[in-house]
Amino acid sequence: MSHIQTKRMRDVLLEKIYNKMYENKKIFFVSADFGSPVLDKVRENFEDRFINVGIAEQNLINVSTGLALEGFTVYAYAIAPFLTMRAYEQIRVNLSITSQIKEMNVNLIGVGAGVSYDMSGPTHHCFEDLTIMGALPNFIVFSPSDWTLAERFVDFSIRVKKPKYIRLDSKPLPGIYEGVGEFNFEDGFCELLKGEEVCIVSTGYMTHKALKVAEELKKNKINISVIDLFLVKPLNEDLLFDHLKEYTCIVTIEEAFINKGGVDSLVMNILRDRDTDIRVLNFGFKDQYAFHIGSRSYLYKQNQFDKENIVRIIRELKLKNYSRAALKGIMLA
Amino acid sequence: MEMSSSFLESLRQKAMWVRQETLEIHKIAPETRIASSLSDIEIFVVLYYGKILHVDSKNIRWEERDRFIISKGHGAISLYPILADLGFFNKEELKRVCQEGTFLGSIPDPVIPGFETVNGSLGHGLGVACGMALALKRKEVDGKVFVLLGDGELYEGSVWEAIMFASHHRLDNIILIIDNNKISMLDYCKNILCLEHLEEKFNAFNWNVNTVNGHSIEDLYNMLNDLKKNTVKQPKVLIADTTKGKGVPQMEADSLCHIKSLKEEEIDKIIKELK
Repeated sequence: MSHIQTKRMRDVLLEKIYNKMYENKKIFFVSADFGSPVLDKVRENFEDRFINVGIAEQNLINVSTGLALEGFTVYAYAIAPFLTMRAYEQIRVNLSITSQIKEMNVNLIGVGAGVSYDMSGPTHHCFEDLTIMGALPNFIVFSPSDWTLAERFVDFSIRVKKPKYIRLDSKPLPGIYEGVGEFNFEDGFCELLKGEEVCIVSTGYMTHKALKVAEELKKNKINISVIDLFLVKPLNEDLLFDHLKEYTCIVTIEEAFINKGGVDSLVMNILRDRDTDIRVLNFGFKDQYAFHIGSRSYLYKQNQFDKENIVRIIRELKLKNYSRAALKGIMLA
Repeated sequence: MEMSSSFLESLRQKAMWVRQETLEIHKIAPETRIASSLSDIEIFVVLYYGKILHVDSKNIRWEERDRFIISKGHGAISLYPILADLGFFNKEELKRVCQEGTFLGSIPDPVIPGFETVNGSLGHGLGVACGMALALKRKEVDGKVFVLLGDGELYEGSVWEAIMFASHHRLDNIILIIDNNKISMLDYCKNILCLEHLEEKFNAFNWNVNTVNGHSIEDLYNMLNDLKKNTVKQPKVLIADTTKGKGVPQMEADSLCHIKSLKEEEIDKIIKELK
């Protein structure tokens, strides 16, 4: 059995930034007392362009703002829920509002997307970040599913001088994109699997789950598609719709609250605006926090979107020809 | 550097003119926070006409300039006449404050030439100044970063994150001025949350601490001049003792002056008395 290599997206992204810091003297790295092995090297070799502001996310954003207004390309690094939610108003005023009238390049790197800090409970679960960061004008929101994508983002992040939110899973994950052929990064999504009738749309870690669901269905001779959405904002809606319109049923799965502005809402908005008859099935967390400690699999089970359940539901829907009645039955169940 | 008496007099005349102009603006824009914009007039006058602040209205992005962040943005209406007078924008614009389509609102943003940051939400300015001050050091630019904070703004926790940061990183190119008018929106600060022993607080955070009568042009000039030259490796704070609503008797004595507006005839009477 071959060994599947896993890597943390964080490590690959930071390594690339670290290497860029040698040639690009305008890069500044700011951390809110959050580390990684790569950061030890940054601290050691770029003492004058690395700052640990302490456990102070508001000041992380404000200091980064000042650096960016003076022309530095800034990477600001913290745990995702604290970065986006403790400091949301600093992000809104000093990055979202200010960048509309002043060029500034601040890249917020949040680690711990969704329930990647599964055991740490509700404070560390990050369900809301895509919704609230997506609500900010002038922001770019990037949610990669593997290290190849994360690494490719670094050049883009230096070139495009806008505020950005980079949402990373904390866990080591297998690669997805090494085997994928050429695709246009700035399209913001990639059709990883091409099947028929059903297409799963997901982002980040959930794309790994989507691929597992597809693999399981394949054993039952059902070939579905999987679209990995990584540039959540700006979203190339027309291009995405060109793909979605080929299917009878779109399934979204995400580590976020259902119907609260996450991937499901993005997809629903695209379909609603274009008046189609495509059926949509949304999987995610119910409208409450998860206090019962457990692994990701446990948490999915609690919320009825473990792999087995998703596979069962898609099979059932297919048997019933994706009828509205069948879909309604599932929603009510 | 001692101030000549004629220079001092010219700055006093400027302060009087700015006070009149600020009141005139309030006439056409009653939504402006007039009381907050009256306590910091002498500070603005000394910084700009006293040439403490090195800025160039013809080259607002001049790399070597001093940066000035007016964190208590609502109190910056009194800076509009000064910036217009110095050529940052056309003086005619002063007649259009808060009128439809103008760039001069009741709180300034960097769409107005001369403003560095988005203002209006309190507690951001000092942290942004820390980033700028750090950047200037790395770029080896000599300019200083001036910040104006209201005392009520010190209630924002983010300010204290920045206070810690500035002294730890020895950001001696920061000069923080606190417009200590002692009144917040709804009451005297001492009745809301006590801010007393402010000097000791800053001392404890390892800042270089100074105090001044914030309406004395001479004292402000001497103090700010000294602070600009001071080579101590600490961020500097100047606590300026001021009166909210300065120059308007009915406001000076009113703990609710922050949210009050003046009627046209009141303004005319005050302007007449100022002259």
